[in-house]
Amino acid sequence: MRSAFINTLTRMAKRNPDIFLLTGDLGYSVIEGFQKEFRERFFNAGVAEANMAGIAAGLALSGKTVFMYSIVPFVTMRCFEQVRNDICIQNLKVRIIGAGGGLCYGSAGPTHHSIEDISIMRSLPNMTVICPGDPLEAELAVRRSENYPGPLYIRLGKSKEPAVHSCIQGFKIGKGILVRKGRDIAIIATGNMLHTALQVSGGLCRKGISASLISMHTVKPIDKEIIRSVALKAKAIFTIEEHSIIGGLGSAVSEVLAEANRKVYFRRIGLPDAYPKDIGSQEYLRSRLGLSVNDIEKRILEAYRKRIKR
Amino acid sequence: MAKKYKAIAKGIRAKLIKMHAASGASHIASSLSVTDILVALYFNILKLSPGRPKDKNRDRLILSKGHAASALFACLAARGFFPQEILEEYCADAGRLPGHASINCVPGLEVSTGSLGHGLSIGVGMALAAKYDKSKYRVFVVLSDGECQEGTIWEAAMFSGHHKLDNLIAIIDYNKMQALGKSKEILDLEPFAQKWRSFGWAVKETDGHNIEGIIRVLKKSPFAKNKPSLLICHTIKGKGVSFMENKLLWHYKSPDRKQMQSALGEIGCL
Repeated sequence: MRSAFINTLTRMAKRNPDIFLLTGDLGYSVIEGFQKEFRERFFNAGVAEANMAGIAAGLALSGKTVFMYSIVPFVTMRCFEQVRNDICIQNLKVRIIGAGGGLCYGSAGPTHHSIEDISIMRSLPNMTVICPGDPLEAELAVRRSENYPGPLYIRLGKSKEPAVHSCIQGFKIGKGILVRKGRDIAIIATGNMLHTALQVSGGLCRKGISASLISMHTVKPIDKEIIRSVALKAKAIFTIEEHSIIGGLGSAVSEVLAEANRKVYFRRIGLPDAYPKDIGSQEYLRSRLGLSVNDIEKRILEAYRKRIKR
Repeated sequence: MAKKYKAIAKGIRAKLIKMHAASGASHIASSLSVTDILVALYFNILKLSPGRPKDKNRDRLILSKGHAASALFACLAARGFFPQEILEEYCADAGRLPGHASINCVPGLEVSTGSLGHGLSIGVGMALAAKYDKSKYRVFVVLSDGECQEGTIWEAAMFSGHHKLDNLIAIIDYNKMQALGKSKEILDLEPFAQKWRSFGWAVKETDGHNIEGIIRVLKKSPFAKNKPSLLICHTIKGKGVSFMENKLLWHYKSPDRKQMQSALGEIGCL
């Protein structure tokens, strides 16, 4: 996803002389090409993210479209008040690019995980929150961000994420994508859980449960329409995200459901409200924390057999 | 000329006393402290035109010490950016002027500030944009001394020194007092000038209440080739009203009717 981001941005910067890229000294083997090609529009702010966010605001106040890159916690939480006061209150065209969403930096430990970022960014007025589910979604999100008003947070994965889509018709920020249509249940996934969710829906299908799959790449503003038109027609709805179950996609969807005046079985699948104590890769941590394909499939199957089918 | 600037500053101080008395808002002493600096900037140094507040080539001013917004509002009104009557809306219900500087609340107001330590980084971004666009405008950032305890000030100082931003000019309203007492006792900033020099800045110091003196120094900016400039203005918190000068109480309190009359009498605007 990082390469999808930088390749897309580099193409955009060739056409648009007002695109700037800032990094907080991260992006080895990612940003070099851009840096070389656009020396005057690239700044490594050093290990000083709060200053970087303020600089981004100053550039945006001067008519620039600014992409600000670092690992998720550093580019959202370390500089949170600058994001709030300088970027969101003034409603500026700054694109916060967070690398390593969720547990991508698994073995690096909890300082490098991002399990609260969606929740935190979602609470900021004016902020749009996008978690692309595969490289193509990342590319399209970055492309569409060029002319999108106000601040944006784009939560990327890391590298070599499998493709879910071969093509996307009419990608729009704020509009979920119906990846597959099913009769029984609906799965709504965001970000780097999209591919897992696809596998889960395939597994369920083999066991006789037909699941719709929605890629909810934009968590804010949440696509209420697709929730009402697709998900609410299902017997049960499950959200899947590599994020704390507090405040992320699950919360956003449940807010819509709670006000929809229709009773439906609904469960949030995400990370528990705890910092992971285990050490290991993203895959290992997912398996420890109930986010492997098998865990999720089992959870949905059990719920379906016990509570929904009858 | 000296007389003209003094008269303008006097008028602004009178407005401030009335604005704070009417609204009951805090920070009158901070505003009185920075008044002469803002007069020097808005009535001489800054290249701008009140009729064209969004002119691409205007000099930018960021009041990083956003709690002194009343002084900025009064100064902008005096310079003709908007009618004086609007000053009556300061901190009033449904008014246009909040207690801290807020972007576009009135013409001429460039940047929202209020939480300390933000303005210099924003100024750096503007200075970078000016260089990239090959524009001649300069970016002025007015800082408080207390806010220089914020780490971001030094992140921005390091960045601007490294990138040789000679179109960036910071001015410190060095009144040596902060919210709970004297800076020297709370968290000493000295050796202040030396700190900035070591971050790659060209530094000058002056009396922050001698408007002509401030203008003389700022006319020479950038103070050195390829360096950002810093002017440390030695000031008195609450300047102009004897019972407010260097008194912590007036970081918070606003004058009542009697105090307003006596303050206006002191500055000769009764």
